[in-house]
Formats: sequence, structure tokens, C-alpha cells
Amino acid sequence: MTPVAEMVGSHRIVQGNGIVHPLGSAESSPEEERRLRRRIFEKALEALQTEVDKPTVFS
Amino acid sequence: MTRIALYLNQFFGQVGGEEMANVGPRFTGELVGPGRALATLLEPGEELVGTIICGDNYFADHTQQAAEECLGHTRLAQPDIFLAGPAFNAGRYGVACGVLCKRVQDELGITAVTAMYEENPGVDLYHSDVLIVQTGQNAATMRDVLATMLRLARKLRAGEPLGKPRDEGYFPRGILVAELAEKPAAERAIDMLLAKIAGRPFRTEVELPAFDPPPAPAPVKDLAHARVALVTDGGLVPLGNPDGIEISAATKFAAYSLADKDALDAADYDVSHGGYDNRYVKQDPNRLVPLDVARDVEREGKIGKLWDEFLTTTGLANPVNNSRRLGQGMAEHLLEAGVEAVILTST
Repeated sequence: MTPVAEMVGSHRIVQGNGIVHPLGSAESSPEEERRLRRRIFEKALEALQTEVDKPTVFS
Repeated sequence: MTRIALYLNQFFGQVGGEEMANVGPRFTGELVGPGRALATLLEPGEELVGTIICGDNYFADHTQQAAEECLGHTRLAQPDIFLAGPAFNAGRYGVACGVLCKRVQDELGITAVTAMYEENPGVDLYHSDVLIVQTGQNAATMRDVLATMLRLARKLRAGEPLGKPRDEGYFPRGILVAELAEKPAAERAIDMLLAKIAGRPFRTEVELPAFDPPPAPAPVKDLAHARVALVTDGGLVPLGNPDGIEISAATKFAAYSLADKDALDAADYDVSHGGYDNRYVKQDPNRLVPLDVARDVEREGKIGKLWDEFLTTTGLANPVNNSRRLGQGMAEHLLEAGVEAVILTST
């Protein structure tokens, strides 16, 4: 859904892991899932510290 | 013989509700859902040759793959006209209809028409590429919408010129057509101004865009000393939904404490959101509001302080004005709390 976030003008966008669990992964082991969550969260922290002038997807 | 193919999501395709939103594309020659109404609107020489159905989540999560598969089904059905939806105010469905119509017309050379409500994100994304018929918010007008889709598809296919968007019932595609007006622009503008002053109805000739995003906020300079808050529009609520946040078109948001919690416990939370399959978040609410990793990061000193509550509402089928009001309320609440940065998780 990142195109929708861009369209409405969100400036710092990080793609989650699916609509049903943006920061989860039902198929992964608990350890893998937590590592994935941490990765997405850290990407968000990176985005917060980055200068942007238009809607930007961080990947 | 004019061959017509129809695209539907899993709900209108009668495969199932949100619990079936993950099913991949399938083809059926039987009449399902809106296909039944469509069949009664056909003229002699027209035939509904099949319906392609795909789950909304499957399409949103694997857009390329889903579109390829749907295109494959479409090729086999060899339609002359491809109709998608109507999607009304269903966001994922609307985007899928837009993607497919664009690719079907561009890559297969088939006439394509879809239909949706003005606030469906599919309108903003695809209105200039695809002919989108205007609908209401819900399926009450299904039959009329299908009739309009058919009428415009026939015209497009025959190469007949379309009338103005507001006369024909579709969203403007940003195409300028030269025409002779009865009065010059200055007189028309004065007429409109006089009508406005007198309180009489008038129609603007230049529609303003619906979205007016604020300028980009400055980056956080010193995250290691900043107060960071978690916000979600995925409808996470304490068990029993104490503030009664609606499952759709929410009128309120709420703040719930995270104090003394290292992670969210599934036993304490529920989801009030009618727009996605909530099972996975109910199993582990950290999949939506990532408190466990946020605490780790806080302990490691990468953020100054995780704010002691999270804000939550339900982002589903909500008019833009209402969403804007909720967002402003959240922002005021967070500013009062001295929060400098927010991570908003969305389903």
C-alpha cells in the first residue's frame, strides 16, 4: 500500500511486511520474526533522521 | 459478438470475506455477484465470457504477480471489453481495478472500464490512465453503475467521443478538449461570483485537488535524546474496546498506556478494524504496534525515550475530512506530551 501513502502525502514511508501484519511474519520462527520487526523499525528510525522534500519510500 | 470479461475481488466474487482476502487469481465461467446483474444488462450480441476473481490482500501484497496472473486469465478469455469492479470505497480493491485496467488496455489493447467512489485511493492513482465511473460509497447503486460502465465501454470500443465527465458520470482524466463557449471566460467568472454571492448553485470549471499535504517535517536531529511515540491506524484496542472505537469510519482515537510493559501481551488486546484479517495481530499485537523491539532500541540508547502510551484508531472507509480531524487531534495530543517523533504503523 506504499503508493497510497505516497499519494496522500506521507513524507517518510517504510514498506511493512503485508497488510495483515505490517511488522510481523506469521510464517517465520519467533526469532526470525523479531529480527524482521527490528529491521523494519530501524528503517523507520533511519527515515526519521533523513531530510526529505517529498513523499519518499525508504527501502 | 462482443465478449466481456469482469474482474471482482474475493468478496464480490463470492469466495469469502476478509478471511479469504489472500486467495490468488482464479477464473470462472459462471455468473457470480455483480456478474448476474451485468448479464441482465447486456444487449443482443454481447456475452459475459468469464469472471476473474482475486483476494484483495493477495493483490496488494503481490501486485506484480497478481496482475500477471489476472492478465493471463484475461488473455485466455479473449474479451473485447474488460470491466473491473465497481470497487466503491474499498481501497485495496480500487487500486487492483486501476492496475488491471491500465495493463489490460495498454498491453492487451482491450477496452477497460472500472468504477469507484471519489475517495477511493484508486481514483487518484489511475484517473488519468483509466476510465473510472463515479459511484457512491457502497453497493446500493450497483445496477446503475454497471449500466454506466457498459455504456461508456461500448462508446470507447466503438471509438465514439465521450461527453464531459460530469455529464457522462466518470472522473476527469485531465484531458483538455477545445470547445466554443457561449460567453467569454471573464463573463462566466463574473456569473459564478454573482451566483456565489447570491447563494445560488454554480459549477466551477476548475476542480481543485482534494489533497493538500503539509510540507515535509524536518528530520529528528538527535534521536538518542528524543521522545518517540507509537501510533497505529490498525485498530488495536485493549480487550473489550473500552472507548468503543468503531470498526469502520472511526470517529475517535484513543491513547493507551505502555508503562511498565516490555511487549504487548496478546491476552490483553483485541482489534477493532473491519478491513483486514485480524488473526495475526490478535496472535501477537507487536506485529502491529512493535513495542518489543522499540523497548530493545530504547534500552540500547538509540532513542531517548519511548512515550508511555500509544495512540490508536481505525483507518477504514473514513472520509478524508474526518481522517484529517483525527490526525490533528493526535498531533495535538502528542505535542502536549512533548513527543518529537512518531512511528505510525498502518495495515
